[in-house]
Amino acid sequence: MYEAFRARAEAVSAEVHRVATRREALDFVADHLRREGVSDAPQARAVWADDGRLTSVERDGLAARAPGLTFAVTKEAAADSRVGVSEMTWGLADTGSVFQDATDPALRLVSTLPPQHVALLRTDRIIPDLPSLLARVDPRSAPYLSLITGPSRTADIERVLTIGVHGPERLIVVCYDGGGE
Amino acid sequence: MATEFKHAIERALANPNLTGALGRFSEAYVVTRAKAYEGIDFEAVRGEIAAIKGGAAERLDELAQEFTSAASAKGVTVVRARTPEEVRAYVLGLAARHGATRVVKSKSMASEEIHLNPALIEAGIEVQETDLGEWIIQLAGQRPSHMVMPAIHLTKEDVAEIFSKEVKERIAADIPRLVKLARKELREKFLNADIGISGANVAVAETGSLVIITNEGNARLVTTLPRIHVAVVGLEKLVPHLADIVPILKALPRSATSQLLTSYVSIITGPAPSPDGSAKELHVILMDNRRTEMAADPKFKEALQCIRCASCLNVCPVYRLVGGHVFGDVYAGGIGTILTAWFNELQKSADIQGLCIQCGNCRDVCPGKIDIPELIVEIRRRLVKEKGQPTVQKAIFSVVNNRRLFHAMLRSASLAQKPFVKDGLIRHLPMFLSGLAEFRSLPAIAPKPFRDEIRRIEQPKDCREKAAFFGGCLIDFAYPEMGAAVVRVLNAAGIEVTFPEGQTCCGAPARYSGAFEVAAQNAADNIAALADPDVRYVVSACATCTAALKHEFANALATSGRTGELPAAKALAEKTWDFSTLVKQLVDEGRLAFAPGGERTPITYHDSCHLKRTLRVTTQPRDLLALAGYELREMFESDMCCGMGGSYSVKFPEISTPILARKLDNVEKTGAGLATMDCPGCVMQIRGGLDKRGSPVATRHIAELLAERLA
Repeated sequence: MYEAFRARAEAVSAEVHRVATRREALDFVADHLRREGVSDAPQARAVWADDGRLTSVERDGLAARAPGLTFAVTKEAAADSRVGVSEMTWGLADTGSVFQDATDPALRLVSTLPPQHVALLRTDRIIPDLPSLLARVDPRSAPYLSLITGPSRTADIERVLTIGVHGPERLIVVCYDGGGE
Repeated sequence: MATEFKHAIERALANPNLTGALGRFSEAYVVTRAKAYEGIDFEAVRGEIAAIKGGAAERLDELAQEFTSAASAKGVTVVRARTPEEVRAYVLGLAARHGATRVVKSKSMASEEIHLNPALIEAGIEVQETDLGEWIIQLAGQRPSHMVMPAIHLTKEDVAEIFSKEVKERIAADIPRLVKLARKELREKFLNADIGISGANVAVAETGSLVIITNEGNARLVTTLPRIHVAVVGLEKLVPHLADIVPILKALPRSATSQLLTSYVSIITGPAPSPDGSAKELHVILMDNRRTEMAADPKFKEALQCIRCASCLNVCPVYRLVGGHVFGDVYAGGIGTILTAWFNELQKSADIQGLCIQCGNCRDVCPGKIDIPELIVEIRRRLVKEKGQPTVQKAIFSVVNNRRLFHAMLRSASLAQKPFVKDGLIRHLPMFLSGLAEFRSLPAIAPKPFRDEIRRIEQPKDCREKAAFFGGCLIDFAYPEMGAAVVRVLNAAGIEVTFPEGQTCCGAPARYSGAFEVAAQNAADNIAALADPDVRYVVSACATCTAALKHEFANALATSGRTGELPAAKALAEKTWDFSTLVKQLVDEGRLAFAPGGERTPITYHDSCHLKRTLRVTTQPRDLLALAGYELREMFESDMCCGMGGSYSVKFPEISTPILARKLDNVEKTGAGLATMDCPGCVMQIRGGLDKRGSPVATRHIAELLAERLA
């Protein structure tokens, strides 16, 4: 399932990585933020829309390793950031999509406004397709559901595919094994 | 036809950027679309969509009520608007109540349809389109020329020019930089807007959900950042169940942009909180604008199955030449013609509908399974009904239907070498034989029609079966040698061929110009003429005539209320064969064989529109050619229309000419010295074109080739 997901996601220019544990996934993000030069400066910050999965220890650790990273997501902070981070609930193998209940607007801000979106995903949360997803989520209990498939793109000028319009130009999916460990 | 319309066509054709961009795109589209549908049963998916949307169209009001109560329960303000005025008034009222002065929009054809932007701007509200294509169009002061790619008619240089004016500095024509500029310029607008306006791709009645898909991400911002979100949703977007979005989301991205899925799919069910923590307002305007009326129309309710993918534009041989500013109004192309007739008015579509050449490409790719060409013919029928058949046209059909008179007129004109220059009536003859098209050489009119020639052909005495040959005007008057070839081939299988004298025009010219009464009379006359019970097969060597006999007769009779004649039409349809299919069957039965000879002759085959897409015949002629010793060299776009379209080539020679030129290029590129096909109309067009350009490639009807190689 993971391989199918990866192939489809990469085919639409998403970057897909796989690590063994959740801890390694968080390390990956911290390293990524450093590599991308995230710092406490305009347009160089990072926003993490945590849906409650991070422990306070993890938050403190991440903040210490990545100056410029904030967990207080506002539209101004997101618009001023280089990288947005959030955790997805499901992945769809047949389209290489990632999914989350994005009712909390912070989740939409971090995955739309910054030029990069890092999306964490449990490998065992990759399911076959849209019907599998609709069997698991009910829009009646979640006002804003979001499926993301690759970075923002357009072909509106001369049909030339151009990545990164209003949304991120990079979508980096970090899959981690080992369930919630 | 309005002169202004003709001028618009000429301007479009003279624009190399337009024709180049659209041509390249349409060629690539066929390939990328096929790739996107790999592993998907397209017929099954579109069957599902047609069932869902067709079923929904039958109970729009009920679904609208269900949507309203489900969405209202989630805190959405749902309003029903009957007219464009009501939609505009609601949005203006809302803006006034909130003192809103800045609006950002994601792409919405529904809002284009009702000209929402001008109304807002007039009220002093700043409106910002945020889809890149729509923004370009907005800055250029134009309207979209394509439903999915609004600015497809503009080059990067055009866009650079438009952007330069907007930001008042010189911008280079570099696409990534142009896109970056759009991101930067529009970002501020997003962040400061008071209202976000969107459309919706689907509205789910049972849950009250809106499904919105985009690639750029602008719809996410439009629905997230401003505190008020207004969605303008045409009633035809309603589907009963959440599961119904599955086939639509499978087909829409694949058909629209050859993607498996767009970058973003948002399912919005009630107002989600705003980023600043304030309560979000979500207003959904369910817009009718004649959709209910359309749903009540037995013919046009089918058009509500449209999911706005624009694939009918992408495969259209005419759209790819003239684009959507000529071929369409707010909505473009095939479906656009139909929607224009309803959302504007029937008369508004009068010029546009004429551009459809009836090749049937769009019908084959439509994920809503809409018979677009048929609905366009229906528009023609209603225009004729509304305005009456033009006097000249009436007179013409009376000539066309009198076969001997028609032949005599064509013959004398042909001999005079200046077809139909005198005589008021004949001068207006809109038939393809009238010689008004200068882009191809015309066939000589035979001294004797085939109906007379056939009596001189000696047929074997010991034939065990009888076939009636349906000639059609071209074989009867211009190409009797094709008829003779048919007789030779069938004789070889022990079939005697008769030519029932009472047969007349197949009715295609009348039908395609909307004169259904005439077409129905043609059908009735031919049914009577071909009724001989001793005849086992009725065979035609013209794809268009065969399609008429097999499919259109019943349709014309039913449409004209002559239902009593339907059983006879059905009986005729059942024993009607196109030449190649019958011959292939005879070969399979061991009644006919060919002598392929020594070396295989290279040949290329052109699929005629009606043969491939009405009769669904593609393999039989190819198999026969192989059996007869030909080496098939497939041409690019072998099934693309040759531009003939009957009188189309006379009505729009400026469009027919470039369509033909493409076809001729593709024929010549195969390197085969011989091109063949199953339709004398296509022979006339392609042979005439090749002759005009001095090409050494010969064109023959397949019957002639097979007759030469009988064992």
